Formats: sequence, structure tokens, C-alpha cells
Amino acid sequence: MNANVWLPVMVLASSFIPGMIIFMLPERAVVLRTTLNLGGAVLKIILLVLMMIGVSHGVTYEFRVPFVPGLDFVLHADALSLMFVNLSAVLWLATTVYAIGYLEDSPNRSRFFGYFSLCVTATVGLAMAGNLLTFLVFYEALTLTTYPLVVHRGTEAARRAGRTYLIYTLGGGVLLLTGTIWLYSLTGTLEFVDRGFVAGLGLDPNVLRMIFAVLIMGVGVKAALVPLHAWLPQAMVAPAPVSALLHAVAVVKAGAFGVVRIVYDVFGIEFAASLGVTLPLAVLAAVTIIYGSTRALFQDDLKRRLAFSTVSQVSYITLGVAIAGPIATIGGLVHLVHQGFMKITLFFCAGNLAETLGVHKVSEMAGAGRRMPWTMTAFTLAAFGMIGVPPMAGFISKWYLGLGGLEVGQDWVVLVLAGSSLLNAAYFLPILRTAWFDPPPEEWPHERDFGRKETAWALLLPPIATALAALAWGLFASMPGTPLDWVHLIAARKYAP
Amino acid sequence: MLPEYLAGAAWMPWAIVLPLWGALLSFLFPRRAAPIGLGVAFLTATAALAVLLQVALGGPRRYQVGGWGAPLGIDLVADGLSALMLAMTAVIGVAISIYARVYLVAAPDKVRRFWPLWMFLWAALNALFQAGDVFNLYVTLELLGLSAVALVALAGSGPALSGAMRYLLVSLFGSLAYLLGVALLYHAYGTVDLALLGERAQGGIQLAVPLGAMIAGLLLKTGLFPFHVWLPPAHGSARAPVSALLSALVVKASFYLLLRLWFTFTPAGQGLPILLGALGTAAIFWGSIQALRQRRLKLLVAYSTVAQLGYLFIAFPLAGMEPALAWGGSIYLALSHAFAKGAMFLAAGSIMTESGHDEIGELDLVVERMPLTLAAFALAGISLAGLPPSGGFVGKWMLLQAAMEQGLWGWALVLIGGGALTAAYVFRVLGFAFTTSPHRHESHSVPGTMEWTALLLALGAVLLGFVAPWALPLLDGVLP
Repeated sequence: MNANVWLPVMVLASSFIPGMIIFMLPERAVVLRTTLNLGGAVLKIILLVLMMIGVSHGVTYEFRVPFVPGLDFVLHADALSLMFVNLSAVLWLATTVYAIGYLEDSPNRSRFFGYFSLCVTATVGLAMAGNLLTFLVFYEALTLTTYPLVVHRGTEAARRAGRTYLIYTLGGGVLLLTGTIWLYSLTGTLEFVDRGFVAGLGLDPNVLRMIFAVLIMGVGVKAALVPLHAWLPQAMVAPAPVSALLHAVAVVKAGAFGVVRIVYDVFGIEFAASLGVTLPLAVLAAVTIIYGSTRALFQDDLKRRLAFSTVSQVSYITLGVAIAGPIATIGGLVHLVHQGFMKITLFFCAGNLAETLGVHKVSEMAGAGRRMPWTMTAFTLAAFGMIGVPPMAGFISKWYLGLGGLEVGQDWVVLVLAGSSLLNAAYFLPILRTAWFDPPPEEWPHERDFGRKETAWALLLPPIATALAALAWGLFASMPGTPLDWVHLIAARKYAP
Repeated sequence: MLPEYLAGAAWMPWAIVLPLWGALLSFLFPRRAAPIGLGVAFLTATAALAVLLQVALGGPRRYQVGGWGAPLGIDLVADGLSALMLAMTAVIGVAISIYARVYLVAAPDKVRRFWPLWMFLWAALNALFQAGDVFNLYVTLELLGLSAVALVALAGSGPALSGAMRYLLVSLFGSLAYLLGVALLYHAYGTVDLALLGERAQGGIQLAVPLGAMIAGLLLKTGLFPFHVWLPPAHGSARAPVSALLSALVVKASFYLLLRLWFTFTPAGQGLPILLGALGTAAIFWGSIQALRQRRLKLLVAYSTVAQLGYLFIAFPLAGMEPALAWGGSIYLALSHAFAKGAMFLAAGSIMTESGHDEIGELDLVVERMPLTLAAFALAGISLAGLPPSGGFVGKWMLLQAAMEQGLWGWALVLIGGGALTAAYVFRVLGFAFTTSPHRHESHSVPGTMEWTALLLALGAVLLGFVAPWALPLLDGVLP
């Protein structure tokens, strides 16, 4: 047994063990809880840096134990999984800092942070899953660990939102299970490999198309593909850090990541394209993009507007995957990272407005920029990124997506991107206008005083950091070490040389 | 490895004799019943786990009681299946004993009746799992039934007494049907030894009639739809530890017996397996829908047992081409269900003790008052619903795989649909437990021991999800 086997396990343990200890801590053990939270988050990042160095030098990290007859439980760190794990780990750190500030003095913090850690553990496990069965295990675990976070407030509305959430996500889990067992009964393997394991087995293409549809619907629930998206805006009753985590890191991204895995490592992109299943998927993604943006236009509740924006933005990933060309692949995968940083910034800022001023609606945001300039600057940067204004990270994603569409002759993709950008501008720019240029009201709905600061440090620093990162990923996109650079490495492995 | 005197020791009879002594002693010394019972529980569990170890390392064993051979004396037989069942009973039995010790402090008059009966029941279980002939199986089955009925009646309330009465009638009727089968078999083949019967029986009407009678009797005792009507009142109205041992262990005994007969005689034809599978399907849907409709937690859990027992019977129609996967999956589900359901009833008992009621709609933030108990309930529910990672998932996956390999889509859909229904009723409870209710309720303190035993059992159900590659090989050679 050497370190290469145990590193993936340690990455899981670095959030699982602190989470378990936190459950047992009394409510008042603030210092210990904070230490465990931050210590675990930092340790995870250190372990990941070690693995990234290894993977770029060609080392494989794999942990494998027998699980059910004929199948193993596999944790495997390849370039793609490391990208997602890294995103989760970095944003988890930011969200933990934020949540510590956000939940100060509120009850049940041990429970909250305990499930928070388990939720990240599930996400990381899902990212490192080496076969479809392991993926399924963590996919369900993610559903189960986020449920207590969604209903954390304990109100009647929370219970109903939790129920909707479960009906959708467990339904998705059932579909994923069906597809997985169906595929296994035909292929006898579920191991993820570059360019897929389904091709070349001589299976009936119609059956494969059906399996593809079932699997994609299974992960599509979490990826909020229309018409499976309705749970996402409802889950907004959860506290702001949970929304941030759900939208940027864990749940929605897990769905999008599942689409990536199924298309590239189960079916293989070229084989999937030859089956003719990628074009319908791309169309579905395009419909979701336009639909989500359109619905976002009409939401006055800030978090609901952001939620519909997520529905739209996450489908860029699916779109990039489904266009089936190397450049579009880069656009889709890099958006997995970029959208994470931008969307988490937006939710942090929305949380700051709610916590500091009691502002929940767009119509109440007049003059918020004067009262909270730093928060609104971060918000503005992220919103420009979402619209796709250069030099923000979102521009890079859209640029590659558009080029990728043109490369394979799918010119309509550019139209979809342009239309979506217009819609993005239409629902973000009014927010910015009213926040920066309208006069503030006499009195905010529910203001808290933080002295000379606009709000608490723990609430302010995370959005500023993530907004700056989103700016940096765009400004320095072609430098080594950026998400774009890493994605080039991945894309090269997913297409036949 | 083990020292010789431990590896070779006669653990098999000890697993039966020890609880019998426990029953006798706790009956003779009622004031010391609880400590005696608890001590004996640990000893019995040790003996049973030692049998598991012996079988795992040395293969199936046969023990001749008093040194007499099979036709004259009584033979105890332990193979992989028996050993797994013994071990399951050992772990759950210890947990229930620890729980009951604390739980019954509030009801001193129940203590001196509970322990002798429970020890007696445990002895009957261990004897049943090791019995090598159909007549001894009858005797142990009867003892088991009688002590179980007495335990239900222990609660003393009106519903418990009427539940116990119904249970008694069903139990006697089931045993009678079984006994009829035994008599006919003895008449036809001149032996009651299972192994010998397996060699001599050639099928035909001579075998079909007694086997039919025995299977019918066992279905009645297992509570398979439509013979389940006695189960929810009996399991739902008993005291918490009693409900746990009834749902987790007692119904498994008659299922075990059914499997034994099936493996011995392997009835020909497709009709009976499909009938059993269909009844199992009906049980899954009827039990789950009833569970969804219940307003009381314990009744919900009891109806869930009806549904989960249905799953075990899906293996019969699937065993044709994939016997190892189907039977292995079914047995694994039975083991996981025992852990999960034990944990669930114990958790329900703690919730009832704490709030004085078990109305699901009024659970009112139980998660804040009893986080451990709720965690136990949730983990057990995850295993029941077959969500990963848990023993329930492994069992269900194996059954699903058996179905898909043969292209039997109908059964696969039943398994998947049943899982979704299970998740629905489990999360209905969790939803209320996580939120406030408009009404105020009294609140009593619950000893930590009760919370922890339920949680540890539930963790056992989750842990079973990871040990399948080591547990399943024990069944090699047992399955047909």
C-alpha cells in the first residue's frame, strides 16, 4: 500500500472526519468548530495540489475495493475529476468562511456545518468516482446530505421545498440507477475510460439511445435541464451559503459533471455523436438556456432571479459537451469552473444584502451600491461575467462555445449564445442601474450596524475573493495554471488523436 | 489463527443452551432478571459469533447432541446461511437487550416477564437456525411463536392484547399446517432429516402436498401478503424492544425455514415462483401505500415491514438462471432489513418515550431534541429504501442485476418502484421531524443508551453496504 492509493481516500476523509466530529460538538464550541472546518478545507486543498502535481506528471491515483459481486468501489483521480474536486475544495473554503459569518448567533450550527462537510465529501467523492456505480453511490449521498440543509430553517415552507427537492432528485436517482443497471447487464463493466467503454461492443444502437436518454434524464434533474428544473427555484428557502453551495459547487454541478462523464467516459463523444444523441441534447440545453434566462427576467425576488439564471448558465456546460467538437468541449468544461466562481459571488452578495440590510427583492435594491460599495462591486463583476463581457471569465466560456459551434458547422449555437447574452444583460443591468444610480431609501427594511465597515469581514471577503478570481480567470486565461489551461489538458484526452 | 480449544469448541450447542439458562435464571430470580438477561445476552452473542467464525474458517459443521447419530439423536447443523442468521441475531439481540434494560426501568412489573421470554425466544431462534431436521424445525418454530405472542401481550394494553390474540391464532394455524406437512413427509419417506429427505424426495404428488402445506404455513407466519393482516397490529402495539425483535428477527426465522425447504427440495415448475413473486409485489405496494397513509409512527414502521418482506420473495421468480445473485440478494436484504428495522423500531420507541406520543404530523423538530435517534431513523430508512451506501442497496442491486441479466423487466421495475415508495414514507417522517409543529408538546428525557443503541444498529445496516464481498462467499455451497 502506498500513498498513491490512499491520497484519494484522504481527500474524502479531510471533510468527512471533521464533519463527523462537528456533529458531536456542543453549540458553543465555536473555536473548535471553526478550526475543524477551516483546517479540513485547507488540508483538502493541500492534498489536491499534491495530486495535481502528480497527475500532470502522469501518476495515477486509484483506490479500489470490491463492492458488489463483479464490481468495485473505485476512487480515481484523473485530470477531469481533479478539476471538479479543486473547484469544490476552493469554493468550499470560501463558503465555509462565509457561512461562519452568516450563521453567527443562529441556532443549530453544529448540525449545519456537519451536513455541510458531508455534502462536500459527497461532491468530492462524486468527482473522483472511477465507475458509474461509485458515481451513483455519491450522487445519492449528495441528495441525502443536502436535504437537511435545504430544510435547515425548519419552517413549513422549508418542509415543502424539501419535499419538492427530494421528489425531483430521488426521481433522478431512480432513473440513474435504472440506466446504470441496464447498461451493466449489457456491457459487464461500468469503468470510466477516456472515449468511453460502450463503443465497439456491437450493442443495439436503439437500446443504447434509450439508455443514454435514461442516464441523461437521471443527471439532468440535478443539472436542472428543462423540464426537470422546477426544484431549483423552490430550494431558495435555504440559507444563503446553502444556495451558494447548491448552485455553484455541489448539486447543480454534480448534475452537469454527470453529463460530462456519461458523454465522454461512458459513451465516448465520437460514439455518442454517431448514435445521433448529441444533437437532441444540445437542443435541450439551448432551450434550457433561453427558457431560464427568460424566466429570470420576471423575478423580483433576487435569489429566485439568480436561481433561474443558474438554470440557464449551467446548461452552457451541457451545450458545450453536446456540440461534440474539441473547442466547444473546452468552452463547456471551463464554464463548469467559471460559472462556479461567478455564481457563488452573486449568491454571497445576495446573502450580504439580506443579512445587512434586509433586502430580498430587486425592487428594494435602490442605492445599495452606495451603502455597500464593496459587495456591489463584487456583484457587478460577477454579473458582467455572467453576461459575458470581456475580460471576465464568462467571456472566455462563451467565446469557446461559439467558436466550437462554428467549428462543427452548428451556426445556430452562436445565435443562442447571443440571445442568451442579451437576456442576461436584460435581467442583470437593471439591478446594477438601480443599485448604483438610484437614491437609497430613507430606511432599509432591516438594517444591522457594523460600525465603519459595510458588513462583517467574514461576509465581505469571500465574495471579493471569488469575484477577483473570476476576473483573473478571464484576464490571464492563457497563462499556465488557469482553469482554461487545465481544460486543454482534459479535452486532448477525450478525442481520438 | 485461533487457538485449538477455541476453534474446536462446541459453540453450536452453547448458542442454544446459554439463553435457555438465561431464561431459567431470570425466571427464578425475578429481581435480578435484567442483569442476568443482559449478561447472558453477551455470552450468547459470543457463542453465536464463534460459530460464524468456525463456519467462515472451517466450512459447514454438524454437531451430534449427546453423541448420538442422526436417526436416533438430534443433529445440529450450521452452514454459511445458518451462521449469518446466528450472527445477525447475536448483534441485534445484544442491542435490543441493552436497549430493553434501560427502556424497561420505567415499567418494573414488565421486567421480570420480559427477560425470561426474550431469552427463551432467543434460544428458540438459535435452535431453529441450527436445526437439521424438519421435526426439530417444527418444535423450534412453535416455541418461537409462543414466546413471541407472549411478548406482544406483555404491553398489556387493549390493542396489544387483541393483536396478540390474532397473532396467536395465526401462529398456531401456521404451525399446524407445517406440522401436517412434516407428518406427510415422514409417512412418505420415513425420515425427517433434511439432508436425507433431499436425497429421497423425487417430486410428484407425494412431495407436492406436504411441501405445499409447509410453505403455506410458513407464508402465514412470515406475514406475506395477503397473510399480513395480523402483522401491523401485533408489531405496532408491542413495546419498542419487542416490536424490534419481532420485525427484525422473528419473521426472518420463518423466511429462513422457507429458504431451507426450497433449497432442499427445489420445487420444479414456474408457477409457484411466479406466484410468490406476485404476492411479494403486492406486499411491496400494499405495505408501502399503507405506510404512507399511517398517522402513527409505529404503525408506519410496521407496515414498512409488510412491504420489505415482500422484497425477499422477489428472489423466487428471479432464481431460475441467476440463483447466486437472486438468493444472495434476498438473504442480504433480509440481513440488512433486520438491522434497519431493529434500529427503526428502537428509534420510534425513543421518540415515543420522549414526547409521549408518536403522531407523525406532530414530530415537531425531533431533530433538535434527539439528533442521534433521528439519525438512526434516517440511516435505517436509507437502507430500507435501498439508497447507497447501505446493505439494502447491495441486496437490491443484486436482485436488480439478476432481473436485468435475464431481461425480466417487470421484476426490475417492481424493485425500483418499491424503493421509491419506501423513500417517500421515510422522508415524510423526516420532513416533519425537521420542522416545527404549531402545537406545544410535553417532553421527557431519554437515556443516551437508548439513542445510541438504535444509532449503532442503523450504522450496522449502512456498514453492511461495504462488507458484501466478505459476507457473500459464506453462502457458496448453500445456494442451489
